[in-house]
Amino acid sequence: MTQVIGKPIKRKEDPKLITGHGQFTDDIKLPGMLFATMKRSRYAHAKIKRIHTAEALKLPGVMAVYTGKDVQDKIKPIRSIWLVPGCNLIPKDRIPLAVDKVNYAGEAVAMVVAESRYIAYDALELIDVEYEELPVVVDQEAALAEAAPVIYDDVPKNIAFTWKAGDVPEEVFINAEVVVKQRLVEQRVIANPMETRGAVASYNPGSGDLTIWCTTQNPHIHRITYADALGIPETKLRIIAPDMGGGFGAKIAVYTEEALVGLAAMQLKQPVKWVEGRQEHFLATSHARDQVITTELAGTKDGKILAIRAKNIANLGAYLSTMGAGVPTIDFGLMVTGAYDIPYAQAETIGVYTNTTPTDAYRGAGKPEASFQIERMINIFADKIGMDPVEVRKKNLVAKVPYTNAMGCNYDSGDYHGTLAKALEAIDYVGLKKEQEEARKNGRLLGIGISTYVELCGLGPSKVAGAIGFGGGLWENSSIRVHPSGKVTIFTGASPHGQGEGTTFAQVVADKFGIPLEDIEFVSGDTLIISMGWGTYGSRTTPVAGGALSIAADRIVEKAKIIAAHELGVPLEDVEFAKGIFSIKEQPDQQRTFKEIAWSANNAWNLPDGMEPALEGQSFFDPPDFVYPFGAHICVVEVDPDTGMVELKRYVCVDDVGRIINPMIAEGQVHGGLAQGIGQALWEQSVYSDKGQLLSGTFMDYAMPKARFFPMIESSFIESPSPVNPLGAKGIGETGTTAAPSVIVNAVIDALAPYGVKDLPMPLTPEKVWKAIHERSDGQ
Amino acid sequence: MAKKYPVQVKVNGKMKSAEVEPRLLLVHLLRDEFDLTGTHIGCDTSQCGACTVMLDGMAVKSCTILAIQADGAEITTVEGLGSREELHPIQQGFWEKHGLQCGFCTPGVMMAVNGLLQENINPSEAEIREALDGVICRCTGYQFIVKAVQHAAELIREQQSQPVSLENVTTRGDVS
Repeated sequence: MTQVIGKPIKRKEDPKLITGHGQFTDDIKLPGMLFATMKRSRYAHAKIKRIHTAEALKLPGVMAVYTGKDVQDKIKPIRSIWLVPGCNLIPKDRIPLAVDKVNYAGEAVAMVVAESRYIAYDALELIDVEYEELPVVVDQEAALAEAAPVIYDDVPKNIAFTWKAGDVPEEVFINAEVVVKQRLVEQRVIANPMETRGAVASYNPGSGDLTIWCTTQNPHIHRITYADALGIPETKLRIIAPDMGGGFGAKIAVYTEEALVGLAAMQLKQPVKWVEGRQEHFLATSHARDQVITTELAGTKDGKILAIRAKNIANLGAYLSTMGAGVPTIDFGLMVTGAYDIPYAQAETIGVYTNTTPTDAYRGAGKPEASFQIERMINIFADKIGMDPVEVRKKNLVAKVPYTNAMGCNYDSGDYHGTLAKALEAIDYVGLKKEQEEARKNGRLLGIGISTYVELCGLGPSKVAGAIGFGGGLWENSSIRVHPSGKVTIFTGASPHGQGEGTTFAQVVADKFGIPLEDIEFVSGDTLIISMGWGTYGSRTTPVAGGALSIAADRIVEKAKIIAAHELGVPLEDVEFAKGIFSIKEQPDQQRTFKEIAWSANNAWNLPDGMEPALEGQSFFDPPDFVYPFGAHICVVEVDPDTGMVELKRYVCVDDVGRIINPMIAEGQVHGGLAQGIGQALWEQSVYSDKGQLLSGTFMDYAMPKARFFPMIESSFIESPSPVNPLGAKGIGETGTTAAPSVIVNAVIDALAPYGVKDLPMPLTPEKVWKAIHERSDGQ
Repeated sequence: MAKKYPVQVKVNGKMKSAEVEPRLLLVHLLRDEFDLTGTHIGCDTSQCGACTVMLDGMAVKSCTILAIQADGAEITTVEGLGSREELHPIQQGFWEKHGLQCGFCTPGVMMAVNGLLQENINPSEAEIREALDGVICRCTGYQFIVKAVQHAAELIREQQSQPVSLENVTTRGDVS
């Protein structure tokens, strides 16, 4: 057996997906299955006076119509699981169906259950809801104003929490040679996985067992929450995450509809399916970012940064979503210094309720926002002191690891300066600067953008989870079952949904046991089969669940070795194991294969005294610390002054994500993250009217990145193994969304330097860029 | 209950029929009536292309066609493209070049690519990216989809050049 870790192995997941035999939630069809639809509020803020359901109930094929009053004593509100301490948090839980008042456009007010999808949609048209409109507030800064509408009587000024970390002595700013300050807007975006949310619930009235197949990145968290909400024991609820069409954080959150179909299935004693339409998804599934960040940076004239102070006003939407409070506080605040050795740092966040769809995690969750503000501030500082932004980075980058930042985060591995040097070389920075100079002489607007980002990943130590108010552990569980035939099944509590761990985990185990990849199966996403786990998000699957996998595999090898020594009649220390063969030192003809030992362990005819039969290993790995992927990204853009169009000409990235198990899959993760990060920088934005109507509520209005928008990405890796997990992995899924927005914006602002443009808010649409050019050149 | 009409189509080489409401979308006919769930639905405004199938030789979005409009048509869905044992070159391309991650948009993307490669067996990178304009993938950033299409085109070109052997050459020297 040759080593397979580090090889670009074709994915084991793919044959079923490319032949149309995947099983996504909407593909599930059960006998007698009914279909549910949700009546959603047309207003962003209104009292519900009456709901007329009689006409809908008369429609042939309609089985039931539920309103908020019907379900309020049957399903508890869905609680946020991240109650950040020390910030006077007032959590507002999502309720299954609004009862007296709706707080955002799209909030569900009634559910129809019918014999078919088409009838269920017809019935929605027959439900009449009488509303009394209330004043609306959608913008978080507007929501803080004295005269702003108040959404909840017990939440003055709509402030859900005021959080602070770190402290910068005032003298640092007073005495600083240079202080720059900038207001930066992380606009609201939507994760938009290609598969919308959905759920199928099936209830056995005899046993009382309820099964819900649903689109979740963390089935066990869903089980805990829904069992509690529905008032049934955790042991009577099985959550299954079947094949899933992407998540990107939007499927971490625990929503209400999945519990509603669960209730309907229990009451009607027939399976019930609900699947979001895309326009419904835009309204009902979490939005993200939407933070207004004002950062001050204190430094010296020669480019040394002394302190950073960030103030974040975060739009939480109408309710506190699952991780809604943690994203703009802990996830954001701990990383405000980025990859730079900055002695003092302070982060403050005000969380604000508004009449909008609740916000939650989206690929990177807080870290992209932190990275954007520091990377933009570096460039703004560089501009102020007249220094090349690359030089400023070199002056301040973390010099050596381990390094503890001002917020107490321990950057684990890698060479920050070396990574930057490699990226500069890859793009020929010196040559590029010359090219830019020439281009400018000819009136061409060429811009160079850079980011030397770092992110906090591999969530994470459970002790830390407890300290930061996360309502659960963040360890992970992997177990390995060696069957009598020597074939192997991996089980993990992480719940990958497109990231390829079915292959990468098999690669790890194939090397550990010296067996072919074909002999290894992978199971995840089922609370009945997997004892416990915390799911897939925060680039934690490979560092944490992979850590557990590695330990579990070692435990199996340890036991197998004892059996081999026993069978070969030699002391344990004389047995060597390599490439699937247990052999005796200096007697290579005396050996046992892994397969033979698997059979011996399972038949148990001749095991050492006191040894239990079978060959299974399990590990519950709780990492001692987080992991910190980092890298240097550089891009070249050209702006067309006549149209304001930004053309992305080159994008070079060098990422240190620790040990890489499958470079092809790793590169795919980089590309995907970049497309989303570049999308946020240039095209994507979720827009509300003043009345709280979502104006960007379809794929016609929300600019999803297309193939023709991108050049070929030039990606490479440096592998500095992390010391905090057995695989040395640091996580890779969120590098692109963390790095790209500032890389692109820095490049566009650089391109517009001849016009004196210092900053523009994302997305940098042609209209915005054109206006920036022409308003300046017109002397306005 | 609206009146139902008979629809007969040939799907992946097999004749199939159903009684449908006039408003039933082709994608629902395929998924809900014929249990061909490989064709997916990713939006409701005809933008995402996850539902793309071949209809009488053309790549079309099956969410934008009524089932009764397809009466008498010949349809190929992803299930008919190739099998696990005998993958179509496009499927091979996507597998070998990592052209998919979650795999949800993939059936539709592959059918759109099928439409492209029928017309152009040697597309440039720009032509491939242009041809993908009717589909949305949120996972891959498209780069490996482009590579997958290039690889598939290469495989198809190889296949097409293979049958040139003596027994395939007629007396007039034409290649059959």
